[in-house]
Amino acid sequence: MAAPAQKQDPTEARLEGLTLPDGAAWAREAREAALGRFRAMGLPTRRDEYWRYTDPATLTQAAAPRAAVFKPTDEVPLFQEVDRLKVVFIDGVFSPEKSDDLAMAGLEIERLQDALAKDIHWAKDLYGTREAAGQDPVARPQAALNTAFATDGIVIRATGKAEKPVELIYLHRDEISDAILHHLVRVEPGADVTVLEVGPAAARFNKCMEIDVADTGAFHHVRAQGRDHERRAVTHMFARVGKEALYKSFTTTANGVMTRNEHVIEIAGDRATAHVAGAALGDGHYGKFHHDDTVFITHDAVDCESRQVFKKVLRNGAEGVFQGKILVKEGAQKTDGYQISQSLLLDDDSSFQAKPELEIYADDVICSHGSTTGAIDETALFYLRSRGVPTDEATDLLTLAFLAEAIDEIADEALREDVAARLREWLERRRRG
Amino acid sequence: MLDIKGLAVKLEEEDKQILKGVDLSVEAGSVHAIMGPNGSGKSTLSYVLSGRDGYEVTGGSALLEGENLLDMDPEERAAAGLFLAFQYPVEIPGVGNMTFLRTAMNAQRKARGEEEISAGDFLKLIRAKAKELKIDAEMLKRPVNVGFSGGEKKRNEILQMAMLEPKMCILDETDSGLDVDAMKLVSEGVNALRDAGRGFLVITHYQRLLDHIAPDVVHIMADGRIVKSGGPELALEVEKNGYADILTEVA
Repeated sequence: MAAPAQKQDPTEARLEGLTLPDGAAWAREAREAALGRFRAMGLPTRRDEYWRYTDPATLTQAAAPRAAVFKPTDEVPLFQEVDRLKVVFIDGVFSPEKSDDLAMAGLEIERLQDALAKDIHWAKDLYGTREAAGQDPVARPQAALNTAFATDGIVIRATGKAEKPVELIYLHRDEISDAILHHLVRVEPGADVTVLEVGPAAARFNKCMEIDVADTGAFHHVRAQGRDHERRAVTHMFARVGKEALYKSFTTTANGVMTRNEHVIEIAGDRATAHVAGAALGDGHYGKFHHDDTVFITHDAVDCESRQVFKKVLRNGAEGVFQGKILVKEGAQKTDGYQISQSLLLDDDSSFQAKPELEIYADDVICSHGSTTGAIDETALFYLRSRGVPTDEATDLLTLAFLAEAIDEIADEALREDVAARLREWLERRRRG
Repeated sequence: MLDIKGLAVKLEEEDKQILKGVDLSVEAGSVHAIMGPNGSGKSTLSYVLSGRDGYEVTGGSALLEGENLLDMDPEERAAAGLFLAFQYPVEIPGVGNMTFLRTAMNAQRKARGEEEISAGDFLKLIRAKAKELKIDAEMLKRPVNVGFSGGEKKRNEILQMAMLEPKMCILDETDSGLDVDAMKLVSEGVNALRDAGRGFLVITHYQRLLDHIAPDVVHIMADGRIVKSGGPELALEVEKNGYADILTEVA
């Protein structure tokens, strides 16, 4: 009788079948270094403090769990009315046919693998750099895995004011697709670019975006993780924000079995600004919904401002998680840090867990944080009903009002209106059943 | 228009009877005023009629044009033509005043099987009505009642009334917190809505509002009942002598 096979280490199991993609020597080195980091850290489990509220099992297991492809036939693509450059990925693979020509004034855009094949490329300074820096003090192994094995992605260098936003459109077609995408964005001094991301991407999606906003640059990010009930995602945004630079990111999420969105932002230059916001609508009626926003903002410069505004509307057993940290390093005086995480629980089955953290080593700072969990305001609900608005509709109106502070973080009016309209549509559709 | 018979109401949460058999009929085209000391049940009457939670009807009836109000949800009462101007209008951060009113108007129209109002027609209408009440465009854009002064809130209530064109209007202490000018504006707004097909029930503590909105009938409420009814002179009597005399007289 043969001895039972030794149980394989999950970290090694995850690596099975993955090979480091080819590229220039520097790119190989970056990938090998990332693989080394990944092996040293190992995959997270529920026992890790950073994964206390979210079970990473389905994100870390060797193969992607099957996710039925959801085809919304009754909604137009988001941002359709916005003039933008479309970059399309199908199950994590760039589609030249569906994408626009990758050329625009003020921007240099390439596929990741093209950039990583060149011996001399600006991407060398960025690829894996922000991710590696973001591993301290908290390990983010799946981001290292991403750097090592990402097979596709887009690299953008903004040299001036981009004439229109770049939209990354992710299409999910395959029930077992397991996509790893890595994007780079370098915003040169004084340049300004908006990156949009839309779609469910794949059955399981591991995305990493590294962003370097040089002094006086501006980076805007608006993301919609749209309707696709069974998809899973773990995403990382690693950013460095230079002097008088601006970083603004907003994400809306509606459904998805499992989503973990991490932001790791280093405010490195004086008078810089970093805002991250999110509005999630979770409805367990369509299957499990678990959404986790994990944010780590480090202030390492003087007179900077950061905001974290996260709102979640949860019903039918939906689960929301927020872990947000503001770290103010020694000498980062005149820091203005704000953090709010709120959930609106529309029934007793849903849950929200929040872990707000402040760690401050400077004495001249203003930092505030708050977290609330509550139900619909009955007084406001009655006021609306007394004017003839039925309970369901009144609840939706108050739900959108609850999300408004997060949505208002989108600077561009057309994009903001589009996101607000989409959230309204999603609520209306739900009401119609 | 509004027919209330023997209406008895207690608090849902505790064993406390607030209304002990209210009888009241407001005919179309007339203005009735209810006056009474604090705690007499005036505001409770308005809440119960509008369908607010927290009360239990233990007896009696309330009909609006023959329909049983007490069986309806608050939104159904509104669609049937009942309107309550709140004593304390509610602030709703994040909901624009215009959105709020348009949603309300269309919800009522839908419930009655009528066409929704177009965006253009709505804008025209609200601009005209707002102007009469000296409500500026900025106030219309702001979230419902957020950052409004006491007077602005009450004017906003009257604006809603003017837009929704209810059949039966209940004004709950609309004069509270108003200065003389604001009271005049609010009263003019109400008077402009007086119409042969519309009834008003004005709940107030003081006679002064009734100088501006002349009532046809005045009721005195005490301890959960209407204890005396009469013409406008009854309000003047209250103003002169207080409630004590009347209450002693009916006791």
